[in-house]
Amino acid sequence: MSLKSKLHNLKEKYKGTKMAPAFNALHTFLYLPNETTHNGTHIKAADDLKRTMNTVIMALVPCLIYGMFNAGYQHYLALGEIEAANGFLGGSFWTLDNLILGAWQVLPLVVVSYGVGLAVEFLFAVIKGHEVEEGYLVTGMLVPLIVPVDIPLWMLAVAVIFGVVIGKEVFGGTGMNILNPALTIRAFLFFAYPTWMSGDKVWVHGAVERAGTPDAISGETLLGAYAQNSSLPGIDYWDMFWGLIPGSVGETSKFLIIIGALFLIFTKVGSWRIMLSTLIGALVMGLIFNGVVDAGWIPDTSKFYGLMSVPFWQHLIIGSILFGAVYMATDPVTAAQTNKGKWIYGFLIGFISIMIRVFNPAYPEGVFLAILLMNVFAPTIDHYVVQGNVKKRMKRLKVKTA
Amino acid sequence: MSKDIRIKKGLDIKLVGEAQTTTIAAKASSVYVIKPEDFHGIIPKLLVKVGHKIKAGEALFHSKSDETLVFPSPVSGTVAEIVRGAKRKILEIRISADATQEYHDFGKKDAAKMSGEEVKTHLLAAGCWPFIKQRPYDVIADPSKSPKSIFVSGYNSAPLAPDYDYVLAGKEAALTASLTALTKLTEGNVHVVTKKGGNSPLANIAGAQSHTVSGPHPAGNVGTHINKIDPVNKGEVVWTVSAADLVIIGELLLTGKFNASRTVAVTGSQITNPTYVTAIAGASMKDLVAGNIDTENTRIISGNVLSGKQQGEEGALGYYDNQVTAIPEGDDYEFFGWNKPVFNKISVSRALTFSWLKPNKKYDLNTNTNGEHRAFVTTGTYEEVFPLDIYPMQILKACMYKDLDEMEALGMYEVAPEDFALTEFVCVSKQPHQNIIREGLDLMLKEIG
Repeated sequence: MSLKSKLHNLKEKYKGTKMAPAFNALHTFLYLPNETTHNGTHIKAADDLKRTMNTVIMALVPCLIYGMFNAGYQHYLALGEIEAANGFLGGSFWTLDNLILGAWQVLPLVVVSYGVGLAVEFLFAVIKGHEVEEGYLVTGMLVPLIVPVDIPLWMLAVAVIFGVVIGKEVFGGTGMNILNPALTIRAFLFFAYPTWMSGDKVWVHGAVERAGTPDAISGETLLGAYAQNSSLPGIDYWDMFWGLIPGSVGETSKFLIIIGALFLIFTKVGSWRIMLSTLIGALVMGLIFNGVVDAGWIPDTSKFYGLMSVPFWQHLIIGSILFGAVYMATDPVTAAQTNKGKWIYGFLIGFISIMIRVFNPAYPEGVFLAILLMNVFAPTIDHYVVQGNVKKRMKRLKVKTA
Repeated sequence: MSKDIRIKKGLDIKLVGEAQTTTIAAKASSVYVIKPEDFHGIIPKLLVKVGHKIKAGEALFHSKSDETLVFPSPVSGTVAEIVRGAKRKILEIRISADATQEYHDFGKKDAAKMSGEEVKTHLLAAGCWPFIKQRPYDVIADPSKSPKSIFVSGYNSAPLAPDYDYVLAGKEAALTASLTALTKLTEGNVHVVTKKGGNSPLANIAGAQSHTVSGPHPAGNVGTHINKIDPVNKGEVVWTVSAADLVIIGELLLTGKFNASRTVAVTGSQITNPTYVTAIAGASMKDLVAGNIDTENTRIISGNVLSGKQQGEEGALGYYDNQVTAIPEGDDYEFFGWNKPVFNKISVSRALTFSWLKPNKKYDLNTNTNGEHRAFVTTGTYEEVFPLDIYPMQILKACMYKDLDEMEALGMYEVAPEDFALTEFVCVSKQPHQNIIREGLDLMLKEIG
């Protein structure tokens, strides 16, 4: 008997029992189910939610792999054991040592994120008797990419449980949530363990344990440095673009994020409207701040001066605005759902991100707060867009009756 | 004022098994089946008993809510069996046909000389009224109301649909007669929409407004035409008649006989020689496809693949249908089917699906759902294939949570289930859109009326 028919028999056996969703979730990973259409359309398009989510994951994989190399590279670079790599293909970057150290740090994050998150999803699916939805496949991949490399695993596990339960399951699961679960997890970490999630120690592996010792290394991000009106030595714009800088695991390489964005737009899985309008919003806010600085309203002693005077286009290559725009803001469930609404939603995300970045020097990364804020307002934006359509219909009726 | 409608949003689903333009006569069936469920929302009150002899055109049952609305027998013969389901609901009325058909004579009429009231009474009495449907609600038209306009679509853009230019050729006299009759029923216009660049006998009939349409499916759907030409507002009624049914109405007026024979396209990849056949409504599927089908694991559909009804081999041609489609069942597992590259299925995305490479390839799709039912997740996909000025996902959700005010505000009066066939086809979450809309419309009909 083949594997296919064995699994089919098992499926029939579990049918109707509590364990059916759990079994089906695993089964459908191996085989596209044998379900056929009933009255309605008799044929269906080839895509299902698994394929859609899988596409996003494929777009994230380059960032993850790069993140592993970068974790090792930043560590050895800070220790002074290797030379700085010049450019994306720099010889001291793509080394086995970097990969081994990075993978040793990053893979446990991935395993914990998926393991804990999917366990919660399975539990809820079994309790509520619905199928396990695919939403967490992307969330589970995003989480390791947006946390500092040295985060303790227990902290991540607690945050994932919080994020999935409060961020998603209490609203009814995938498709019903208001807030992006990955960002809920990030926000939880930030507000529950602020000393861990901010500051200048967590962004390079090994920086925390060496703090206060003679071997101490800096674990600061570029954004943190800018916010203190300084900069990091030895980093030029191309390093920022290629991603040879400290930061959250997967967000540093703007180059790979752009590749991922193009892939998502090409496959029609990600919304180009949101990505583009977020960038426009960020650039507009950056220009406004540049204008303010040029007008001389802000003295260069001001604590806002450092980030405000950054040329507007550089905002796109520092921090995680690009990562947020491509992978976070485009989450279809929590974003605006109408095409017009997507433009407004994205623009405001970019606009507010840069505003928070400049005005909140304590923790300059405003992207995740901006996206969460706009998640909350997305239904309102949609409401007004849809009302436009409703009003048009009402007007038509009035013209008729008048 | 005639209009030239161009649709950009939509999707042509190209399938294997298009009918060749030759027509053969199907073998006459021994039993014809009328299913009250074909007449949505009608509760039948029987006028015949088992054993009654009837002629073609004589009433089998009338609507419980309106005695004048009668439903005729398509053939002459004997009522053989009345199949009932739960709560004695009538499922089928089976009529064993006579060898030679006898028609009830309703008398020849000249529509041009009749008043609107006379036309109405005549169509009701002769059982042709059920061919007239109305929006809102997509049910058989209420004879007591007067529509603001009447729409006839002379273009069927559904997958493998019969070519109306071919089917209607030579029927000019009947079409003219029935369109003349329809103009008497409304104070507004009778709008006839045909395919741009086509050669439809419907295109130039005096008395009707002629429009042309071009673009992908649902360019031929009457709902699209209504939305673009004269959208339905609250309190207004629009009637629709399918072009194929016009022929039956026309023949009634010209000859006095109710002749429910149609030219049916027998299509689909499981059909050996896809072709047109002439058959009478309610004919047995077996006779329509006799010797021309691969029955191995096949689904036979009365209608098209998007909104037709599944029929067993023992099933019958639906009352309104002029197409039969046979496609393979897809009740098999596919190893890693959710992530491997797909070349043999249609997709509107490019997520390792490659149908965008060959826009003109004809596909052999089966009935597999290609995934499990999920909550609504992705956005923006439906809008790509939905040409009406309505927000599809929002209206579907309004139907699901039964908010009547919101359904009304979002445009529920303008839609029919078939308008949501394409959004259902492309739906990543595999939601039953047409069913959701149907239930929403039924709820509105019940609560608002």
